[in-house]
Amino acid sequence: MTKQQANWSPYDNNGGTCVAIAGANYCVIAADTRMSTGYSILTRDYSKICKLADKSVMASSGFQADVRALQKVLAARHLIYQHQHNKQMSCPAMAQLLSNTLYYKRFFPYYAFNVLGGLDNEGKGCVFTYDAVGSYERVGYSSQGSGSTLIMPFLDNQLKSPSPLLLPAKDAVTPLSEPEAIDLVKTCFASATERDIYTGDKLEIVVLNAAGIRSEYMELRKD
Amino acid sequence: MFRNQYDTDVTTWSPQGRLFQVEYAMEAVKQGSAAIGLRSKTHVVLASVNKAQSELSSHQKKIFKVDHHIGVAIAGLTADGRVLSRYMRSECINYSYTYESPLPVGRLVVQLADKAQVCTQRSWKRPYGVGLLVAGLDESGAHLYYNCPSGNYFEYQAFAIGSRSQAAKTYMERRFEGFVSSTREDLLKDALFALRETLQGEKLKSSICTVAVVGVGEEFHILDNETVQGLIDAFEIVGEETPAPEEAAPAADEPAAPDQGAPADEGAAPMDI
Repeated sequence: MTKQQANWSPYDNNGGTCVAIAGANYCVIAADTRMSTGYSILTRDYSKICKLADKSVMASSGFQADVRALQKVLAARHLIYQHQHNKQMSCPAMAQLLSNTLYYKRFFPYYAFNVLGGLDNEGKGCVFTYDAVGSYERVGYSSQGSGSTLIMPFLDNQLKSPSPLLLPAKDAVTPLSEPEAIDLVKTCFASATERDIYTGDKLEIVVLNAAGIRSEYMELRKD
Repeated sequence: MFRNQYDTDVTTWSPQGRLFQVEYAMEAVKQGSAAIGLRSKTHVVLASVNKAQSELSSHQKKIFKVDHHIGVAIAGLTADGRVLSRYMRSECINYSYTYESPLPVGRLVVQLADKAQVCTQRSWKRPYGVGLLVAGLDESGAHLYYNCPSGNYFEYQAFAIGSRSQAAKTYMERRFEGFVSSTREDLLKDALFALRETLQGEKLKSSICTVAVVGVGEEFHILDNETVQGLIDAFEIVGEETPAPEEAAPAADEPAAPDQGAPADEGAAPMDI
């Protein structure tokens, strides 16, 4: 008597890759714009990036229906916070909220692999990386999604800071300048697009710094 | 209205068909410090007088942002007002979440009125002791509503509530026909002038009033002190002295003599307006 298999799954994987890099006074968040299902492309122009607050931007890959639902919940919670505190949520506060929101559905998770980027209370770049149930950590850089296995080792090679056990303590944020970091992100995606079938079409880059927030786009291979 | 044997409970009718507890709740609104609202085709302005308990304390917040497109000014029991604002914010957020569009003002006002009505028909509750001037903008244009503790609501071109509000109402009654086509600046000027009427000679300064605006392309927000003081200075509104004539303000020449009309009618039940 074989175990009964599900004849239907509530989840689907829409693919895609997200990256974020924290700088001394900026943060770069990027994601491709391809949305897939199985071996087909649903659209070449879907944004995985969402601005949650003035200084918090989230990029999420995985099941985009769950991603959209998660974005809506966080937007509503942020509005409540603003009414109660008369100010925007800081990035570390949003990071904790995202973690709690994900864990809330521990037994029917959001199929979303998130990377949150922004500026902390001192104006320094910060990146938080998550798993599907809310385990999170502040890091200097991260990638999530179908191309993350290709991108992460490359970022480790380029950006990895010496061990935090060594003294004097070094910053997790990269010493790279903003244009250098953007260029690095473009390189990452160009490479990932070559070998990952779910990554491609177009790259959306969002840059957060003291001057505000801006978006940039770059074409990627469409095959 | 005097103490009588039908006013202990909100669920007791008087032989004349009145609910005294509800009427007493409306009295609470009249005791609060003044709040006024006026609207044009594209903007709505709310203004309130800040009355502080003593010189040592800060004043109570009377104007609340409910959503990007809706704000409310209250008069009466400010604690009740705060709770109702929280309810309104919650309703707006839930509607936005479900329909991804802003809650139409008329809908919110009806929900608020129904909530107030419940308190007039339960023996274990009391009516909310706060009047709300709800200002908002939606697809059908700019709106100003008044919600009272009885559960009634009315739409207005301009209205004032709270103590000495009759002076402001009289000022606005003479001008309201022009409001619909007013510019944002004229609307703000009229709001400040109307507010001044309720001060009875006290000098109008930004420290004793709060002004908020919502309009086409302009999210609901409370103007900061410098902006308000700038407007007061620009319109040359100062106490009882006749202000110096301005190029675009013939209204400035009118004397600020008390214009109060007859006191509120005691005979008819206030809810039957």
